[in-house]
Amino acid sequence: MPMLELNDVHAYYGNIHALKGISITVEEGEIVTLIGANGAGKTTTLRTITGLLKPRTGSVILDGEDLAPYPAHKIVYKGVAMVPEGRGIFSKLTVRENLDMGAFSRSDVDGIKQDLERAYELFPRLKERESQISGTLSGGEQQMLATARALMARPRLMLMDEPSMGLAPVLVESVFDIIQEINKEGTTILLVEQNAHMALQIAQRGYVLQTGEIVLSDSADGLRKDPMVQKAYLGME
Amino acid sequence: MKKLFEKIEYIDLFLWLIRAAIIIIVIWGTVATILDNPYSTRQWTDFVIFGVAQGSMYALIAIGYTLVYGVLFMINFAHGEFFMSGIMTSTVFIAGPMAATGFLNRHPIISLLIIALFSMLVSVGVAILTERIAYKPLRKAPRLVPLITAIGASLFWQNFYRGMLGSNVKPFPQFDILAGSIPLLGTQVLKTHIAVVLVTIIMLIGLNFFIMRTKTGKSIRAVSEDKDVAALMGIDVDRAITITFATGAAMAGIAGVLFALVFRQVHFFMGFTPGIKAFTAAVLGGIGSVPGAAIGGLFLGLFESIGPSLFLQSLGIPAFNQLKDVIAFIMLVLVLIFRPQGILGEPLAEKKA
Repeated sequence: MPMLELNDVHAYYGNIHALKGISITVEEGEIVTLIGANGAGKTTTLRTITGLLKPRTGSVILDGEDLAPYPAHKIVYKGVAMVPEGRGIFSKLTVRENLDMGAFSRSDVDGIKQDLERAYELFPRLKERESQISGTLSGGEQQMLATARALMARPRLMLMDEPSMGLAPVLVESVFDIIQEINKEGTTILLVEQNAHMALQIAQRGYVLQTGEIVLSDSADGLRKDPMVQKAYLGME
Repeated sequence: MKKLFEKIEYIDLFLWLIRAAIIIIVIWGTVATILDNPYSTRQWTDFVIFGVAQGSMYALIAIGYTLVYGVLFMINFAHGEFFMSGIMTSTVFIAGPMAATGFLNRHPIISLLIIALFSMLVSVGVAILTERIAYKPLRKAPRLVPLITAIGASLFWQNFYRGMLGSNVKPFPQFDILAGSIPLLGTQVLKTHIAVVLVTIIMLIGLNFFIMRTKTGKSIRAVSEDKDVAALMGIDVDRAITITFATGAAMAGIAGVLFALVFRQVHFFMGFTPGIKAFTAAVLGGIGSVPGAAIGGLFLGLFESIGPSLFLQSLGIPAFNQLKDVIAFIMLVLVLIFRPQGILGEPLAEKKA
């Protein structure tokens, strides 16, 4: 049984048909990537998984359970955390308060403390800035914070929306290193990226989205060798 | 192009003329009053103390406007009714009977606590009902819609209380321990005024703790920044919004008790003027900012209390004391012209709209 399964999901923004029958699966322990241009429906797909947007038809199934009856704030209790597009940190809250909010769904005080230490180990920069208002962090630090905050929910499935956006190349590398590390520790990852080059290096499988439809799905290797992907997303002729 | 240029010039000129005129009147009046010296230092101290007490009540009510605006970007014009409903109910059903049986002055502290608790509970109840029934279904409607609904809710509660409890003014019983005054700062200060200021300080400290330190308080701040991301954290946004209304209403419920202690009467329309004034205070301080609401309230109270005597008395205006509301709203207009975001507000920008 796959961990996450989207079956023929159709979703709308008002009258705009944003997702036209998306079907994807994610197995436990995998890194799966969704690549595609701006406006292809990548973020929308993540929004239907987290319940921020409910599919009009089709289903989102997590561990064999249909998520349709759960409002967005219940999804994290099912083990799904998200690093939102543009980081979505609470800029008026301190770094520590952001991490506290990441653990909002939990009440195991000892576990939260452990995970906080683990997050600071992973991102020592955040410990240094613990009591700083997070709006004053640099872009890279904000990305670290958004990732650490999602980890504070101790998710089994982590959705990441463009974690490399707006970061210097050096930082992009380290973000992808971290994603691999998180995955090795047992968290399944669904990664949305415009940076297909990097995404396909760390993912096992990938889907290509175009205007709300999946046009291609294959192993990461297979996608890297696909002429269409090479031309459109990897910048190769 | 030239026409547009001229138009802007006229508007600017007009605005500058208004500013200059107001500044000149204020300075002229102030200088004249200082030269006349109609009041003793002690009287000025009295004005300040009254202003601080009045401002404290505005501050407590203003918290509700600012909190709700922070999470919903909505001006809850029914907030003055949350303030009225608590103390009205408490006076009629608790304070009145307590005074009649003599319990009130035999156990003044217990009575006061019961009255305050009851007033707070009723205000919170009215707020939650209003939010759930009148505001929540309209959360996704254009922003003008909840505004009109809020005015409707305000009229509804006013007339509901008028109908259920009668439209006459109801006396609030005298607490013997709060009667009279004590010497302080070289003058006699009414005990009720001291009580008002002390209670306000305690409530503000408690509120600050709640908002800044507790998990629920942090979740309210998270919701006020980004509702979608807050939901991703597992925060029930609707619940957080209801708690926000309830918190503001609890403050208003206490403000109602303080109001009754000072003025010793309540009636169904008592929420209107303090409500509008507190809204002014919230805008003055920077709407959306909790410390701003407190400072704005204090500022407005002081201005109303000192303003008429300081600026207007020596200008030969016959009933200058009746102009305190005029001064309050001129203050509002001035602040909006010179500093649209209020004293502590941040520049209006980002995704606030």
